[in-house]
Amino acid sequence: MLNIYDGALNVSKILKDWYEEESKNNYGAYISFVGTIREESGISGLSFDIYEPILESWFEAWQQKAKQRGAIIKMAHGRGDIMLHESSYASAIFSPKRRVALELIDEFVEDFKASAPIWKYDLIDGKRIFALDRSTAIKGSGILGAQK
Amino acid sequence: MIRVEFLGPIKKEPLEIDIQNLNELAEILKDDKEVQEWLDNSAVAVNDTIVKSKDIDLKDGDKVSLLPPVCGG
Repeated sequence: MLNIYDGALNVSKILKDWYEEESKNNYGAYISFVGTIREESGISGLSFDIYEPILESWFEAWQQKAKQRGAIIKMAHGRGDIMLHESSYASAIFSPKRRVALELIDEFVEDFKASAPIWKYDLIDGKRIFALDRSTAIKGSGILGAQK
Repeated sequence: MIRVEFLGPIKKEPLEIDIQNLNELAEILKDDKEVQEWLDNSAVAVNDTIVKSKDIDLKDGDKVSLLPPVCGG
């Protein structure tokens, strides 16, 4: 399950809904990860662009990997402006036993940061500034560039 | 025609151009002031699938997307 919301996430509702959706499905472990906007570098918030077609296929590939290990993945992300102390991201793994969920949440969130087609901007003094220094080039980038 | 879309922070409107492959696109974009700085760090998708080589032929109606560095979460 992948959900995109306009603006900040209602985290307590999302985590509760996920719990209730799966509570009768015999998963022994539920591990969630929530990303919240911290105060740093004078930002008033962050803003996000999302390209959904590739995000959906990336997520579906992960869902298939999880399924092979008996687990499922859920994810939610906010689009547009999200202010300090609000949350932009939540994901969760449900698995029969804890070890798979602990490993998958780590692998999934790391690949999410490196591969999911989402762009982050700092909101500072009313401006929206691309956070290039905290961004990662997707694997295989640069094929149209001078070096290739 | 091939539609070329520039995602995220690349400030450029989509192009509709008549090209046969990604090598031709690279030639066109290297002289484009709005895009040239992104060519070394952007991934390329053809019809929403990321490709790892520019030796790819395009056909009429294909969509090419440039994806600059990402940071979700």
